[in-house]
Amino acid sequence: MPGWRVHQGTALGLPVANIDTDQLIPARFMSVPRADGYGPYLLHDMRRDASGALRDDFPLNAHPEASVLLVGRNFGSGSSREAAVYALVDAGIRAVISPSFGDIFAANAVNNGLLPAKVDDTANAALEAAFATGPQDARIDIDARCVTIGAVQVRFDLDDSWATKLINGWDDIDLTQNHSAAIAAFKQQRSQTASWAWPDGDGLKTAV
Amino acid sequence: MATPQTLLDKLWAAHEVLQRDDGVSLLWVDRHLVHEGSHHAFAKIAERGLSVAEPSLTFAVVDHYAPTRDRSKIADPQIARMIETLRSNSAAHGLRLYDLDDPHQGIVHVVGPEEGLTLPGLLINCGDSHTSTHGAFGALAFGIGATEVAHVLATQTVWQRKPKSMRITVNGTLGAGVTAKDIALGWIAKLGTGGAQGHAVEYAGSAITGLSMEGRMTLCNLSIEGGARFGMVAPDDTTFAYLEGRRFAPKGQNWQTACADWTSLASDAGAVFDREVTFDASEISPTVTWGTSPEQALPISAPIPDPSEVPPEKAEAARAALEYMGLKAGDMLDGTPVDQVFIGSCTNGRIEDMRAAATVLRGRKAKVPGLISPGSAQVKAQAEAEGLDRVFIDAGLEWVASGCSMCVGMNGDLVRDGKRCASSTNRNFKGRQGRGARTHLMSPAMVAAAAVTGTLTDVRPLLEGRAA
Repeated sequence: MPGWRVHQGTALGLPVANIDTDQLIPARFMSVPRADGYGPYLLHDMRRDASGALRDDFPLNAHPEASVLLVGRNFGSGSSREAAVYALVDAGIRAVISPSFGDIFAANAVNNGLLPAKVDDTANAALEAAFATGPQDARIDIDARCVTIGAVQVRFDLDDSWATKLINGWDDIDLTQNHSAAIAAFKQQRSQTASWAWPDGDGLKTAV
Repeated sequence: MATPQTLLDKLWAAHEVLQRDDGVSLLWVDRHLVHEGSHHAFAKIAERGLSVAEPSLTFAVVDHYAPTRDRSKIADPQIARMIETLRSNSAAHGLRLYDLDDPHQGIVHVVGPEEGLTLPGLLINCGDSHTSTHGAFGALAFGIGATEVAHVLATQTVWQRKPKSMRITVNGTLGAGVTAKDIALGWIAKLGTGGAQGHAVEYAGSAITGLSMEGRMTLCNLSIEGGARFGMVAPDDTTFAYLEGRRFAPKGQNWQTACADWTSLASDAGAVFDREVTFDASEISPTVTWGTSPEQALPISAPIPDPSEVPPEKAEAARAALEYMGLKAGDMLDGTPVDQVFIGSCTNGRIEDMRAAATVLRGRKAKVPGLISPGSAQVKAQAEAEGLDRVFIDAGLEWVASGCSMCVGMNGDLVRDGKRCASSTNRNFKGRQGRGARTHLMSPAMVAAAAVTGTLTDVRPLLEGRAA
C-alpha cells in the first residue's frame, strides 16, 4: 500500500453520530472477496432504498468524488470487521474526521492507508460550519497534523506511530520479520517460565 | 518498594517481546482463534507465500455462518463457500478445526473457555471485537482486524500500544432477576459507548467476584460496546474451578504450577488506574435498550426518553433512534409489544443463560415466536440433559443448533424489516439483525419474560415463587 503525506480532494459533511461498522457495511456483504471491491457496499442501507437504488438525498451519492468525510462522534464503533475500512477505501475515501473513533476501526484504518483524524469539539464545530454551502475543497497534511476545509484550518490528533505508518505505507509483517530472533528467544523463555501457556490435551502438548 | 502494578501491567509485561522507540509494543500471542470471517487474512498471507507460524496455537471455529437448522446441505452458495474456505485454510495450515459436525463446535468465544483454550495469563487474539470475553479469566484478550489477523498468523505476535487502565468497581449484591447483562448495559448507559475508548477495563468489587464465570464472560464481552477493546477480571477460585479438567487446560503438576502463577494475577493494593468508576449493585435494575446504540438503555420501569430532555449532543441521535425503532417519547418501556424473541450469542448463549430463560418459561407459553440457539454444541447437549429444550419447545419456541445466528444474521437467521425483537445479544445497531430490524437488548431472563407476555416487561414478578 502506498504511503502519503498530503492529500487534496473534496470533503463532504456527514454529521451523524455513532455510525457503527454494521452501518458502514452490513454483515450480509462481507463474504465478498476483496478483489471484487467493497465500494458499492459503503453505508449500503443509508445510501440505498429497499430496492438497492441510490437515494437522491444522500450527499455521498451526489458527490461520489468525495475523498474526505467529516463525520459525527464515535465513528466506526462496533465490530472488528476490516471490511468497514475496505468499503471506505474502495469508495475513494482517504480520510475521515471525527471527535472520536472506535479503537479497532482506527487501527484497521491505518493498516489500509485511511487516516482517522481526531479533532476536538471546537475544531469539529468549526469544520461543520464550513459545510454550510455543501462540499468543500480539502487539504490534509499528516506531518503538520493539519486539515483545511474551505477556509477553515484545524489541527488533528494522530498517534506518532500511526503517522509514520501512513506516510511510509508500511506493512507490519515485513517490520516484524526483522525481529524474528527476538521472537524466538521470547518463545523459548516463555515456554520455560510459563509452560502452562501451551495447550495440553488431545495430543496437543506442544511446548517448543 | 516496587511500584504497585495493575493486572493490565502484569499481563502486558508478561507478553512484551520488545518495545519500539515510539512506545508501541510487540506482544507474543498465546492463542489465536480464527473463524470464517478470517478469510481476508488467510488470503493476505497466501499472497505473500507465508504459512501459519504456530499452527498448534491457532484454532479455527465455524460460527458466524453456521446454519442453525439442517446442516447436511447448505442451500446458500455464499454461506457454503465461506465455511468451505475456512475448511481448506485450516487443512492447508494444519489447524485444528471445530467444524459443523464437531460435538465441541460453537461460537468461538464460548468454545475457547469450554475447551480450556482460554486461561488466565494468556494473550488471546481473534478477528472479532467480542474477544474481550476471554478477559473474564484474567487474560489479555482483544479483537483485531484482518490485517492484524494476518500478522498474527504469520508471526504469532501483534503490535499494540498499551491502553490506558480503567477500573469499574461494582460493590454490593445484585437483586433477584438482575444479571451481569444489566451491570454492563447500566455502565454503558451512564458512560456512553465511547466511555471507555482507549482503555482496558478491569472489573472489580464484590458484585463482580460474586459472578459465575458465565456472568463474568457476559460482562467482559460487552466491554467493547462501551468502547473498551479489553475487559478483564482477576482470576480466583471460581475461575480455577471452571477450568480444572477442561480438555486443553494444564494437567497434573503443570496445573498446580499454573494455579500458583495465576494467583498473582491481580492488581496490587495501591495500584493506580488512569480512570476509576464505582457503581452500587443494589441500584442496578433489569435494563433494556430503547434505541440503536447500546448506550441508549434504561431500567425497564422507565419511560421512553424525550430527545429534547437528553443532553444536547445526544438529542439528534435519540430522535433518529426513536424514528428507526418506531417508539414514542413518554410511552413506558414496560408493555411495549414485541414481535419475536431471540436467546443466544457469545454474550448470553451459555448454560447459565439457558437455565435463567428456562426458569421463566417453565410451564408457560410464549405469546410470540422465538429462536433459541445455544452458544455451543456442548451447551446444547447440557441443556438437553437437563430437559431445558423441552421447556423451550413446550413454550412454543424453536430450539436450534449453535452459532452466531440471529445476533448478526450472517447465516440467514434474520429479523424482518420493521419487526421488533427482544434479544439477548450485544448490538442494537440499525440493521444488525436484518435490514430495518428493531432490536432491544436485555438479559436472557428478560427475553424469556418478553416471550411470555409478548411485550418488554420486568422479569421479576415472573420469578416469584421460582428458584432463581
